[in-house]
Amino acid sequence: MSDALVDYDELLTRYEPVIGLETHVELGTASKMFCGCATTFGAEPNTQTCPVCLGLPGSLPVANAAAIEATVRIGLALGCRVAGWCRFARKNYFYPDIPKGFQTSQYDEPLCTAGHLDVEVDGETYRVEIERVHLEEDTGKNLHVGGATGRIHGASHSLVDFNRAGIPLVEIVTRPIPGAGAKAPEVARAYVTELRDIIQTLGASDVRMEQGSLRCDVNTSLAPTGSLEWGTRTETKNVNSLRSVERAVRYEMRRQAAVLDAGVRVLQETRHFHEDTGTTSPGRSKEEATDYRYFPEPDLVPVAPDAEWVEKLAAELPELPAARRARLQEEWGLSTTEMAWLVNAGALGLVDATVAAGATPGDARKWWLGELARRANDAGVELSELTVTPRQVAELTRLVAEGTINDQLARQALDGVLAGEGDPAQVVEARGLAVMGESDELVAAVEAAIAGAPDVVAKVQGGKVQALGALVGAVMKATRGKADAATVRRMLEERIIGG
Amino acid sequence: MNTDLTNLDAAELGRRLAVGEVSSVELTRAYLDRIAAEDDVLGAYLHVDADAALARAGEVDAARAAGEELGPLAGLPVALKDVFVTEGVPTTSGSRILQGWRPPYDATVAARLKDAGTVLLGKTNMDEFAMGSSTENSAYRPTRNPWDTDRIPGGSSGGSSAAVAGGLAPWALGTDTGGSIRQPAAVTGLVGHKPTYGSVSRYGLIAFSSSLDQAGPMARTVLDAAVLHEAVGGHDPRDSTSIDVPVPVLVKAAQEGAHGELAGLRVGVVRELGGDGHADGYDAGVLDRVRETVELLAGMGAEVREVSCPAFDLALPAYYLIAPSEASSNLARFEGMRFGLRVGDDGSRSLEEVMSLTREQGFGPEVKRRIVLGTYALSAGYYDAYYGQAQKVRTLITRDFTAAFDHVDVLVSPTSPTVAWPIGARVDDPLAMYAADLCTLPASLAGLPAISVPCGLSDGLPVGFQVMAPALADDRCYRVGAAVEAALDAARGHRFLDGLNERTTA
Repeated sequence: MSDALVDYDELLTRYEPVIGLETHVELGTASKMFCGCATTFGAEPNTQTCPVCLGLPGSLPVANAAAIEATVRIGLALGCRVAGWCRFARKNYFYPDIPKGFQTSQYDEPLCTAGHLDVEVDGETYRVEIERVHLEEDTGKNLHVGGATGRIHGASHSLVDFNRAGIPLVEIVTRPIPGAGAKAPEVARAYVTELRDIIQTLGASDVRMEQGSLRCDVNTSLAPTGSLEWGTRTETKNVNSLRSVERAVRYEMRRQAAVLDAGVRVLQETRHFHEDTGTTSPGRSKEEATDYRYFPEPDLVPVAPDAEWVEKLAAELPELPAARRARLQEEWGLSTTEMAWLVNAGALGLVDATVAAGATPGDARKWWLGELARRANDAGVELSELTVTPRQVAELTRLVAEGTINDQLARQALDGVLAGEGDPAQVVEARGLAVMGESDELVAAVEAAIAGAPDVVAKVQGGKVQALGALVGAVMKATRGKADAATVRRMLEERIIGG
Repeated sequence: MNTDLTNLDAAELGRRLAVGEVSSVELTRAYLDRIAAEDDVLGAYLHVDADAALARAGEVDAARAAGEELGPLAGLPVALKDVFVTEGVPTTSGSRILQGWRPPYDATVAARLKDAGTVLLGKTNMDEFAMGSSTENSAYRPTRNPWDTDRIPGGSSGGSSAAVAGGLAPWALGTDTGGSIRQPAAVTGLVGHKPTYGSVSRYGLIAFSSSLDQAGPMARTVLDAAVLHEAVGGHDPRDSTSIDVPVPVLVKAAQEGAHGELAGLRVGVVRELGGDGHADGYDAGVLDRVRETVELLAGMGAEVREVSCPAFDLALPAYYLIAPSEASSNLARFEGMRFGLRVGDDGSRSLEEVMSLTREQGFGPEVKRRIVLGTYALSAGYYDAYYGQAQKVRTLITRDFTAAFDHVDVLVSPTSPTVAWPIGARVDDPLAMYAADLCTLPASLAGLPAISVPCGLSDGLPVGFQVMAPALADDRCYRVGAAVEAALDAARGHRFLDGLNERTTA
């Protein structure tokens, strides 16, 4: 059964959205939150477990100091206040993927509170208030076997993989975000993007949505335009890509508008996003009761971050993405639009690294947004997934600037680099790509071109100098691009028009 | 049957082992023989593996014969309450729900005893998940008091108390959440000590109430208790509530205390624990023995005064909110999916049904009572009124202790208001059962150390004298306990438990 939907532009004439985001980030710590087990992604099921993360009777948790530090750094990067003293809490509910019958989390004493993150959409800045950043443990993973879909429905039995159970998980919760209007879906996406970039910059997580190390729940509600009260929100889970964040908000807005238009109340519920159709559907309630009976975890001592330590962490934060963008834009003398292009192409870091490796900003941009973007596009991969490093790109630009190769040869050299033949200089050497000097071979090629096209020669001699281009092209072709076009032109002119 | 050996204290047994007067195999066999002969009646053990024990004893003997350097505990048998997780050895916590579970790891205290060269005789009976004061809540069988087999051995560490008092183990580890070491020690005539919270690792101790549970020694003498305590105590990085301080010097305290020099020691007698206006429910004989013991302390030079700790009156209700609340969460992991019992998994039932059936059939009535109580107390809308209030009471009790310890060095009281009661007498009256812990709860809630030492008989049954001290001052408990023990032994002319031996052999 498909939902009734209202046209997006039309709904905006009657309704205003409020969105909110809960983001879970698996920290990239070497060991789990409360035990020493490894956290490697993709290991054989249940090979990264011990009595603690299996919740065996008698086992006790010990908090991972590196995870606490990473959480504090995330909080600081988001401008949060860091608690001087806080506790973990038990969130009690039954589900096979939580081995202890409770998840160790934080409740009314989160590690970080009251921060904000400014995001930009189409030149407009939206401030997203951060309510809290807290630390908890991930659950195991249920694998439903025997059904067609891999979902619990229709499965013959289920297996649980506890490798993920106990991996440190940071939850970042925004306050409700009103006022984004038509841009709400984009603001949601921009927020998650910016958050991802910040956490990546901090080195706290690999933040890969497709591997689940960054997971997003999107809250959406609609209220009649001008209403003083917000509408009932839904919480959409299973939103596994940046694009999906945007689509999920847009879909929920359109669906809720239809519900409200029909005079029905929006149900407060958890919904699941479906990547393939771009739709949401009601989620199965994980627990029947919603009373988690939180209480302070008695097996763990309180966390009391020392003020000096927090100050030190704050002072040692790396340059964050927004500051870096502003700095680079100025250093490279780019317009806001040019900067936006770079950022949207995912090329900012690559260009920066290429510049750092010695290229000029102009050359670095030209390569990453031009030739390399084309290659990535052809291969259907992200720029960062190309098998060429910024240092190698910088080397290409240097070889061109030095005149060792020209642009066309550089593209051939890039072929070699991408094929794993080594650095550009090695490829140039091995493939013999260096630009030809005024060698006998080149002289022969020039003379052959003149001899082979008497009509063109006549035209040039008759004053149509632009016809020379055809001869240059012939020489370049004959030398398989290794000649320098300017040199060829000069040699042709000397011979046809006279020096 | 070599009852001579099994009626000796561990210190003497250790001496005989060290000088070669007895081998570990002989000693272990003596206990195993006595277990075989008497445990059908006593019901002290849930699991005994004679072959494993003898094999282990043989290893220690071989090591000694080979001239290896061995610690003072090497070759000494020991019993562990079944709440301690032991690698490859069945561990049930007295519950049906863990039937058949063989843990893949050792509790820290079990590992330390193993490393010290002790020989595990077996796992002792207990109230299910340590919830009870009589061991009648064991899912497997009741345990009987060696002093009178129609009476309870106390609880929840009643298997350990019966085993040690009955000569079925030289000593044992118990756990104490609200009195579960001290009360069974008191009613069976043993020494039992609840250490300062955080001073003995809880890693591998199947949790009942995490903020209260502490492992501790149960022994025939104060010195034995101190030796066993030192062997298992000290910081454990696997337990984050474990206090990172050096292992306390307890053996020395016990030895010095036995000299009986208590001049200058300030002793506070807690009015709220059996004093004027607070004696309801206390046996007259218990109060008499305690009064006499206080006089004995004064005779040894202690300055005795009465101390009032008004918040102690609230200890019972606070305890019965905090402990069940934590238990309701701690016991959530027993859902039949990964270990122990699973009921109704016939392919037709849903996950929720299997979990419910497993818990319904796997838990006994007292455990269910406390899970329901705790679940209710933590529920939204009730949390502040129950769990929150109970935590405030806990703070008040701690303040009473702090104020008292400004003026005295130790506080004393009866360990339990009564002597051992007949089996079955309180099973239908949970409140009467809970009252057995009246005197032990305050130290539990405040996380303070407290020892129970025998101080005589009432109606022919043992009475316990409790000594409480400030946090990490466990040595004071041993010092004062040893002084009491030495003075009473001297007056009596023999060790307290010798009275039991005479009675049973007569």
